[in-house]
Amino acid sequence: MAALLGRFCRKLSFPSSSHGARRVSTTACESETGKPLNLYSAINQALHIALDTDPRSYVFGEDVGFGGVFRCTTGLSERFGKNRVFNTPLCEQGIVGFGIGLAAMGNRAIVEIQFADYIYPAFDQIVNEAAKFRYRSGNQFNCGGLTIRAPYGAVGHGGHYHSQSPEAFFCHVPGIKVVIPRSPREAKGLLLSCIRDPNPVVFFEPKWLYRQAVEQVPEHDYMIPLSEAEVIREGNDITLVGWGAQLTIMEQACLDAEKEGISCELIDLKTLLPWDKETVEASVKKTGRLLISHEAPVTGGFGAEISATILERCFLKLEAPVSRVCGLDTPFPLVFEPFYMPTKNKILDAIKSTVNY
Amino acid sequence: MALSRLTSRSNTITRPFSAVFSRLISTDTTPITIETSLPFTAHLCDPPSRSVESSSQELLNFFRTMALMRRMEIAADSLYKAKLIRGFCHLYDGQEAVAIGMEAAITKKDAIITAYRDHCIFLGRGGSLHEVFSELMGRQDGCSRGKGGSMHFYKKESSFYGGHGIVGAQVPLGVGIAFAQKYSKEEAVTFAMYGDGAANQGQLFEALNMAALWDLPAILVCENNHYGMGTAEWRAAKSPSYYKRGDYVPGLKVDGMDAFAVKQACKFAKEHALEKGPIILEMDTYRYHGHSMSDPGSTYRTRDEISGVRQERDPIERIKKLVLAHDLATEKELKDMEKEIRKEVDDAIAKAKDCPMPEPSELFTNVYVKGYGTETFGADRKEVKAVFP
Repeated sequence: MAALLGRFCRKLSFPSSSHGARRVSTTACESETGKPLNLYSAINQALHIALDTDPRSYVFGEDVGFGGVFRCTTGLSERFGKNRVFNTPLCEQGIVGFGIGLAAMGNRAIVEIQFADYIYPAFDQIVNEAAKFRYRSGNQFNCGGLTIRAPYGAVGHGGHYHSQSPEAFFCHVPGIKVVIPRSPREAKGLLLSCIRDPNPVVFFEPKWLYRQAVEQVPEHDYMIPLSEAEVIREGNDITLVGWGAQLTIMEQACLDAEKEGISCELIDLKTLLPWDKETVEASVKKTGRLLISHEAPVTGGFGAEISATILERCFLKLEAPVSRVCGLDTPFPLVFEPFYMPTKNKILDAIKSTVNY
Repeated sequence: MALSRLTSRSNTITRPFSAVFSRLISTDTTPITIETSLPFTAHLCDPPSRSVESSSQELLNFFRTMALMRRMEIAADSLYKAKLIRGFCHLYDGQEAVAIGMEAAITKKDAIITAYRDHCIFLGRGGSLHEVFSELMGRQDGCSRGKGGSMHFYKKESSFYGGHGIVGAQVPLGVGIAFAQKYSKEEAVTFAMYGDGAANQGQLFEALNMAALWDLPAILVCENNHYGMGTAEWRAAKSPSYYKRGDYVPGLKVDGMDAFAVKQACKFAKEHALEKGPIILEMDTYRYHGHSMSDPGSTYRTRDEISGVRQERDPIERIKKLVLAHDLATEKELKDMEKEIRKEVDDAIAKAKDCPMPEPSELFTNVYVKGYGTETFGADRKEVKAVFP
């Protein structure tokens, strides 16, 4: 329950500069200027900049014209016109296929899928068309300008179809990139990188943080590099890896663990495909223990891939088995959500049992 | 036939007969013929006649059940605002005529499958108020044992297949059910319902093609309330004549705010489907609430439009005028009936509030078939937390 309450008073204040193996090498972290913005406003700013800087970029999806159900697209249609920012009918497969075609002609197609739970009709288009276009045409064609944005993750009352975390399905597809931001400042930089990346990208936005997370976001155009993980908290006893909204929960667990004398290193993966193996490897070689946490069900979740890879690379350095604290292997439940979620206490328990192995 | 069906249905919806209703219903059951408000528009078929056979009993029953549905939805609105209903809640008020007209034309062997705006259809299929409110509040006594919520009401005994959250996904399912019905020679049909937003889903056309190819007794019902969440139909569809979208499949456009037009159309459709194959019905209807409780419903349409429809086309008002015109009840009696309904709904809510939440172990039940014995792990994979029963 406390974890649940904790989620409702989330105001992120991650340190501006990162320590550890990989340093975020943009001006974003150097400057502290900027206004406090929440996640949907940061994403909105990123979209404004993207459309402003590239006249051949388009934003479309269900209900984006008036601003979208989460207000991420407010003001775009008024500023850039209905030819560049437009609503589509209710047909995800058609929307993504259409976006792939648009991107194949050299445009930047920024597609919004209203909830990640609805992305499955488009799964065929993403996996079979978008991911393989460049490959099967021998580099004659590509749909690198395609960026698919979708809100994902639990929100407290979403139930079966407004809370899913489908990132694992997409991480299994070579040819696309999967990116998940943890906070407003990260989201703006990462989204701009995704839009400008010459590969198709699926960008999942943690919907719980749309209003809950507020952070100083610089107003200028900046990009955060993809496939670079960030160590957001240094420690010596155990490495924790996560992404998106789950990081706030993990940070709370780290603070609690510190009170018990366990020093935790927390890494934000940011890009899940292709993921930054080197940073995680370096960290685990230092601490000797790894814990991965995500909201998606544990079996077949992306934590399994991280666990297997780290095991290959750091076997002799590991002091304990890799621990995964994830959602349960059930459909995302309705009233049982607090039991299903990987809460702070579950993570804390796992930290302690791993450290005391 | 109509009478016994009506009384048995009213037994399940209304618990003990309300005083006013039982007195009125014991009056004579003379047949009444009612003219629909608008003619039917047909595509590739001959429209049915505008004169609908009914009876005084049916007329009163229509009024009572629609008033109950309306009251139930408004009560659900208050419960949601009081945070007793969580998650999502899509209300049907304004569209009651479709549910009630359809029920009057079919039997419980005919299947209905719909999307997430399913509270009233569930009630029409014989669900009780207690089951409705328990499920909405996530309690054990709910029709889906508290695990489904507002969008997932089901009733197997009445061939009500739910209750689906993903837009358009229920239509191919409906066509599959129709195939099963044809195969087992049940002389039953399936009504696969969807909205104007879902009408643009590809899977709908895939399902329609299959139904037409194999002459399945599937009736696709488009409940056109003119807004797909916040998008008006003319912004989403090149051709908003949803009844014509079937191309080679016949269609009928019906005034969805007129319960008798709906009844006539469904009766016609059932005969057609059993004989010739699929048919599309477009119900021209309207919802007063927004898409769901998170939607105020006034950012994409004017309040004048909503109140205009409420004044001109409200389905319950229509039936009320017919009841008064045919001298079946006085204004006061109808008002008393509404008061009784209000009390009934309040009682059901109170009873549902007392019902307990499902046991935590229910989190793991019914993921697979019972007895499959799959293990599931808790937070830490070292410990087996539960074995799926």
